[in-house]
Amino acid sequence: MSTAEDSGGTRRKTVGDGAFMQHLRQLSRDQLGMLGLILVLLIVLGAIFADWIVPYDPLKIYAGPRLAPPSWEHWFGTDQLGRDVLSRVIAGGRVALQVAIATLAAALSVGLLLGLIAGYGPRWLDNALLLLFDAVRSFPIIIFALAVVTLIGPSLYTVILVVAITSIPNYARIVRTQTQAMRTNEFILAERAMGAGPARILAIHILPNVIGPLLILASMDVPLVISVEAGLSFLGMGVKPPTPSWGTILNDGYSYIRNSPWPVIAGGIPIILVTLGFTFLGEALRDIFDPKLRKDL
Amino acid sequence: MSAASDPLLDVRGLSLDFGSPRGRIHALRNVSLEVGAGRVVGIVGESGCGKSTLAYSIIGLLAANAEVVGGEIVFSGRNLIGLPDSEMRALRGREMSMIFQDPMTALNPVQTIGAQMLAIQYRDAVPTREKRRRAVEMLAKVGIPDPESRLKAYPHQFSGGMRQRICIAMALLVNPSLIIADEPTTALDATLEVQIVELLKDLQKDMGCSILFVSHHLGTVAELCDDVVVMYAGEVVERGSVRDIFHAPSHPYTEALLECDPGRIRQKTRELPTIPGDVPNLIDVPDGCIFRSRCPKAFDRCAREAPAPRRVSGGHEASCHLLDELAEAAP
Repeated sequence: MSTAEDSGGTRRKTVGDGAFMQHLRQLSRDQLGMLGLILVLLIVLGAIFADWIVPYDPLKIYAGPRLAPPSWEHWFGTDQLGRDVLSRVIAGGRVALQVAIATLAAALSVGLLLGLIAGYGPRWLDNALLLLFDAVRSFPIIIFALAVVTLIGPSLYTVILVVAITSIPNYARIVRTQTQAMRTNEFILAERAMGAGPARILAIHILPNVIGPLLILASMDVPLVISVEAGLSFLGMGVKPPTPSWGTILNDGYSYIRNSPWPVIAGGIPIILVTLGFTFLGEALRDIFDPKLRKDL
Repeated sequence: MSAASDPLLDVRGLSLDFGSPRGRIHALRNVSLEVGAGRVVGIVGESGCGKSTLAYSIIGLLAANAEVVGGEIVFSGRNLIGLPDSEMRALRGREMSMIFQDPMTALNPVQTIGAQMLAIQYRDAVPTREKRRRAVEMLAKVGIPDPESRLKAYPHQFSGGMRQRICIAMALLVNPSLIIADEPTTALDATLEVQIVELLKDLQKDMGCSILFVSHHLGTVAELCDDVVVMYAGEVVERGSVRDIFHAPSHPYTEALLECDPGRIRQKTRELPTIPGDVPNLIDVPDGCIFRSRCPKAFDRCAREAPAPRRVSGGHEASCHLLDELAEAAP
């Protein structure tokens, strides 16, 4: 009996691997998707191994001459304090990803929970939550961020908090709509006919149907979060100096843009690349997981 | 009457309204039916006559705007009307289960059927291995070839007929005493319909459960059921054994239904026969007999008073004034 179980288990595993490999193969056929994957991997690996790959300490002033143009010693040049811009860009990637991951994790989990409640709960609760979502969405994100920053002071956590709160309604609304569409499905009715309660139905049937599209959506939201962080840091409302962030690099560089444009260019390029990377990857994933959008059929 | 002869399900005078913006729709009015233990009872009638509403009210899955205004549903000696949600939930998937109309949507598309079949046994405190064994056994019983490996397949990898077999397997897996089948063959083609009916028949004999079979297909009802309940516009107009209903219909509506059954038409025709007229408005239910406006045999009394159920013979009842007339004519 146990051998039968074991063989069943391993077979299921190979089926799972097969599906994963299949998705990977589909992704490899999508050139933009592959480009996105490479860009994302580059940035993620850069952020993880930042401490080992930076050529200089990103906080060290006068690692070279001030505002030096790109050279073999300083590939992206140096800023007004003589700090190595390449090192700061790499270290800034880590901040950007930290913000993105923490924000999206918080927004996703809270949004998912609220969306499920709104979508499956009673009508009055749904209306109350929708009102709340609309109230939050009606604030322009930057204005809301400025207000919060003025209240509790600029820091990495403020940025995370602000962006998370403003993105919760987006996820919650999508989950709510999906849940409402799912709850009228006959298999939900069938499950209720089998005596299942709301918690069971939500956890076993609705969640797995909702989570896939939501994760893809989140991956496409990474650039948004990163650019908001950069924007706030640029305005001096985000990450506090001297911590390198792409926004602070831009901020440091733009006063000297006429004579030495490289800090601005070096701080802007990763924002562009990360946006392109996550967008391409997200779109490719969406196509793969939604067979109706698949082009090769 | 002794307890043993009490029916498993006894619906007595059930009346049910739906709230709507235009007023209350009196969807079921004074509906009574019995399902004995181990019996197969068919509910037939046109679309919108309340067949499915009746089925859903028994299993307690009515829409939020439905309200039971009278009568009771006695199941295994307990009145289900007004039963707390938690107790109703404990009953569903244990004592009664349901087979749905469309097998294409009745299974969760993102889970393997094995996972779903194990999940519905969550209340049984037995090892997963045992649950698995039961699922395989039940799939084999409903005629899924190679059930052991098919447990790992997703619903989209099965055809419609196979999926309905899986749904039946799931409904039977909990070993219920009553299965409610809401038009389980409507979404399938004719060949599959015969197969599914045969399967239900065999399984019912095998497991001894009762089945409440909702259908508008008279042929399958005649094939499968022991007793038949004919519904029209939210009322039971006639009930009796399959023999009674099909060989000696006593209500003009039943007669008209039988005449429209394509299986009974002997003459070549380009158009299928229909019952002329429309179902009456169920917001302002007219006085008198509900079928009056479409009945070819209606007479003045039909407009004045609503006919009460009249015994024709044995367990055969019909609600029609003509039966009184006949009784008076032949004393």
